[in-house]
Amino acid sequence: MKVVLRNPDREVDIAGDRLVREVLIDLAIDPDTVLVIRAGELLTRHDRVGDADKVEVRPVISGGAV
Amino acid sequence: MRCTRCGGRAVVELRRHNAAFCADCFQGVFRNQVARAIDEYEMFGPDDRILVAVSGGKDSLALWDVLLEGGYHAEGLYLGLGIGEYSDRSHDRTIAFAEQRGASLRTIDLASEQGFDIPLAGRKGARSSCAVCGLSKRYLFNRAALEGGYDVVATGHNLDDEAATLLGNTLRWNVEYIARQAPVLPAVEGLVRKVKPLHRLTELETAAYAFLRGIDYVVEECPLVAGNTQLRYKESMNAIEARSPGAKTQFFLGYLDRGMPIFRSAREEVTLSACARCGQPTPGTYCAFCRARAQILGEHLTPAPPAEDPRDVARELSEEVLPGEIYGVPAEAR
Repeated sequence: MKVVLRNPDREVDIAGDRLVREVLIDLAIDPDTVLVIRAGELLTRHDRVGDADKVEVRPVISGGAV
Repeated sequence: MRCTRCGGRAVVELRRHNAAFCADCFQGVFRNQVARAIDEYEMFGPDDRILVAVSGGKDSLALWDVLLEGGYHAEGLYLGLGIGEYSDRSHDRTIAFAEQRGASLRTIDLASEQGFDIPLAGRKGARSSCAVCGLSKRYLFNRAALEGGYDVVATGHNLDDEAATLLGNTLRWNVEYIARQAPVLPAVEGLVRKVKPLHRLTELETAAYAFLRGIDYVVEECPLVAGNTQLRYKESMNAIEARSPGAKTQFFLGYLDRGMPIFRSAREEVTLSACARCGQPTPGTYCAFCRARAQILGEHLTPAPPAEDPRDVARELSEEVLPGEIYGVPAEAR
């Protein structure tokens, strides 16, 4: 599967057909710090992603105060 | 995973609440948390004119969206910081949001109005670019609110922002700074009331809300923010939260409930007078913004200001600026 990472934007190939939680562990990403998006829908840690999927992992942390 | 409320397919899991929600129920939960914050701290009423400080990011646009949906008189103010394409994209997103909703948006360009932008401030001033950015926002939002006759300025500070600030000040036991941290900063002569209606909601929640509402916000990070002190404290809080879901909430909301009343007694009352250059309230001869601006532009203030007392600077700055940023600690030491 393809994973789109942000800041900077890049794309990585990673094994699919498993839970989002497992993908995030592989990428060393804390699930509370990102949105996981597939085809315009949010996924939770417990959703399964397939080998043919393209998933965006979007960080939610903002550094600057408004 | 199923929605805790309706049993539908969950799209947002909130480990701090040991709950998960579908898109519709989550938006309801989000709006309820904002309404609770507004009511609990009597932030504003349905007839008040609210100036929303918008940056094009998820927090400020989510806040503006909730307020507009709630029927409030909420108008946006965007400050052009001059941070290259990042600022251009942020401005474009903000304009598009306002146009889609028929909302009123005003823009102030820092360089046109004050003669400097944030990259120049980072190169020329004694303070970090983040400190000057925060200072400029507070100063110009307040002035715009006064001139426009608004009742209140609303900002998109979320629970993560507030917890990180509290952590930073607690690590240093900056009692005076802690005493000033609150969801509402009341109006005083020359300073408009300032409120933070998102203080009960995490970054994950504001991002999820913005996404589910179809808000096209700027995802990229400010290019100047790398190494920012606040970011480091956020990462530390997230490390604790990962092992103990709810710790962040207990830390900050527990402070508001049980700590704030105690720290309030440590708050020093200061006498404010008009800045000799701009007229905004300050405990010194010149306000922090005018001193920073003069430093950046190489101007000399007449009469010359006395040596800067860091405690006076701290009093003028709002609580989210951490001491290291106020004092202009060199980047390599931060």
